[in-house]
Amino acid sequence: SSSTGGFQRASSLKDLELAKFASIAETWWDFEGPFKPLHVMNPTRLAFIRSTLCRHFDKDPNSARPFEGLKIVDVGCGGGILSEPLARMGATVTGVDAVEKNIKIARIHADLDPVTSTIEYYCTTAEKLVEEDRKFDAVIALEVIEHVANPAEFCKSLAALTVPDGATIISTINRSMRSYATAIVAAEYLLHWLPKGTHEWSSFLTPEELVLILQRANITVREMAGFVYSPLTGRWSLSDDIRVNFIVFGTKNCQ
Amino acid sequence: MQLTMFCTRVIARKLYVNVSRLKVRHKHFCTDAATRVSGSNCGQPSPEHKETHDLSNNIQHYDIAIVGGGMVGMALACSLASMPLTKHLNVAIIDSNPALGSRPYFNKEDPPDPRVSTVTPATISFFKDVGAWQYIEQHRHAYFDKMQVWDYTGLGYTRYNAQDINKEVLGCVVENKVLHGSLLSCIENTDFQKTIYPSKLSSMTLPPSPSSLGMDSTSSRPPLSSQRHLAKLELSDGNSLYTKLVVGADGGKSRVRELAGFKTTGWNYSQNAIICTVEHTVENGCAWQRFLPAGPIALLPMGDNFSNIVWTMNPKESTNRKLMNEDEFVKDVNNALDYGYGPHPTSSLFGSGEMFSWPRAGVTLSANDCFEVPPKVVKLASERMVFPLSLRHASDYVSKHVVLIGDAAHTVHPLAGQGVNMGFGDAFALSRVIAEGIAVGSDIGEVTVLKKYEAERKPANIMMMGILDGFQKAYSVDFGPLNILRAAALHGAHFISPLKRSIISYASGEQKLPLFT
Repeated sequence: SSSTGGFQRASSLKDLELAKFASIAETWWDFEGPFKPLHVMNPTRLAFIRSTLCRHFDKDPNSARPFEGLKIVDVGCGGGILSEPLARMGATVTGVDAVEKNIKIARIHADLDPVTSTIEYYCTTAEKLVEEDRKFDAVIALEVIEHVANPAEFCKSLAALTVPDGATIISTINRSMRSYATAIVAAEYLLHWLPKGTHEWSSFLTPEELVLILQRANITVREMAGFVYSPLTGRWSLSDDIRVNFIVFGTKNCQ
Repeated sequence: MQLTMFCTRVIARKLYVNVSRLKVRHKHFCTDAATRVSGSNCGQPSPEHKETHDLSNNIQHYDIAIVGGGMVGMALACSLASMPLTKHLNVAIIDSNPALGSRPYFNKEDPPDPRVSTVTPATISFFKDVGAWQYIEQHRHAYFDKMQVWDYTGLGYTRYNAQDINKEVLGCVVENKVLHGSLLSCIENTDFQKTIYPSKLSSMTLPPSPSSLGMDSTSSRPPLSSQRHLAKLELSDGNSLYTKLVVGADGGKSRVRELAGFKTTGWNYSQNAIICTVEHTVENGCAWQRFLPAGPIALLPMGDNFSNIVWTMNPKESTNRKLMNEDEFVKDVNNALDYGYGPHPTSSLFGSGEMFSWPRAGVTLSANDCFEVPPKVVKLASERMVFPLSLRHASDYVSKHVVLIGDAAHTVHPLAGQGVNMGFGDAFALSRVIAEGIAVGSDIGEVTVLKKYEAERKPANIMMMGILDGFQKAYSVDFGPLNILRAAALHGAHFISPLKRSIISYASGEQKLPLFT
């Protein structure tokens, strides 16, 4: 498979190259570094994913590895922040990202632990995976759709990757006044959580729009939740407030 | 040129061989991961034990290594064994105590061991949750529902009753070996994968932090091996092991704390404590504590006609009292509990509390109790042990891959019987935090997960330590006006009912903060 081939390519690199990627990899994975906001939000996203997928696939929520036997694809995986916990929860994980650098970083970090070294990473897009006729029990694309050129086509690709009655989970930022104030002004300009220009407010989707384009892609949204950040505790929590960050869980209609 | 070409070909071949060996290693880990998965998934232990082996030197891998198999370390192990999310974890326990290897057995005819702990109701409910309390009820233990605190000045006293807060007990006094035995036997009854290493920790190697990684290609750092995210422990008997998380449960002189470089603050109290078991002619049903000029003496019920004595005094006196003959010692104890050093308190100093009892409704039951003299000691029933007392607190409880619990994180004065209860609180909080981390697929050695434990326990422990230290200091000065202030405070604590209820609830572990509900 191309993952072992990829690993072989990585391992035939000289030690210097490996060391270079290693130092960048640690920045991605430095919990106090520039990716801190994402690390802080991660457990909350995983709580939603765990809860919805356990219920949908009828898995034991008290098991330490409830996703055993599930094939999951993490679209826009970055350094593997989501992929690794999914693998620890027992899933067979494929991670894809359009940025070659991210895939290299993700592979290096995942190889440190035997449990996560089973993750297959590819530098590719959802559309290309569709062309390869790949299918997954659960397709997860978190914080990606606000960056794609054509969200409707993107959703159609995600749906094509999902098996009938499989799960599709998308998270993004709402297009609202509140999100302009928090996700753009506060996050990018005041708190410097994200580099300026990370997000284009006009390309945010409202929950209604997302539900509609998913419906057109044959995916029925079953659950939706918001993420809320408390500056007092410094923690994110799931809530009904979808005014800024929100996440949807949908299932692919059976034809 | 011929030679260079030959060399290049040799090097190329060597590289190819290395690459394929790496490839093999990668596949090996995949298979190993699969075996591990299937092994831990089927619930019953399979013949090949599930640890992954390092190819080169056959070192065992664990999820958690608990250094220190005492009461607090075993409480953690027991708690992990009792929760579905954590009971599959592979745990190593490192303690050179031979008692850990065998099933505990106590001769019920033995008099009580002087090493006892007073467990609060909060601790009792933790034990019940993990299924370790039943064992204790089958062995010697003593619930008590009354407490009396007074001092040598005779200016005041206070009596507490569990009924003041509508509870049945204030606490339970149990020998440490019974508490420990209960936790051990609780774990034995599960199929929790634990491996006991009867040895001591000699050194610990932690993975490098991100900032220490450079692009220094001249360093002879081995290429990214899979052990780079694990801590390595070396033991005094030559064994080594790798683990994701090291738990320091190894007591006040923690080696883990020392090796991990945690700073501590604290001071030694210029006091020692003598502990021993004594016998009465009647059963003792109350916990007594009298503050004397050199330190408090506590008499705790132990069941049957036995009581435990914890007597704090300056080091010179403690040496004398340990060596003096038994009859003299018994006389000294009775003196200390009775008329020695000062008169009995009467309640008439501030007019029998009338000025404090104006909120008529909700007056505590014990506010009307009279002062009582503790039961007389007739016999010494064990050897006398002496311990130096100190206060110590680690500035941090966690760092990457390392966490401290129990006395390793904090040591306190025994004057309120809180020490091991704080430790149990740590153990049960940590196991819950680990379970929550596993629920979302986290790496349990990661600091962000562990910090949740610290955020929960450190403020609570510091508050308790501050209060205990405050008491210790307040009671170590014999100075007229201060004595009266103390007595007034004691009086207030006795007669002002809401305050008394707060105090009892806090000391029972039910309330997080002493005064504000």
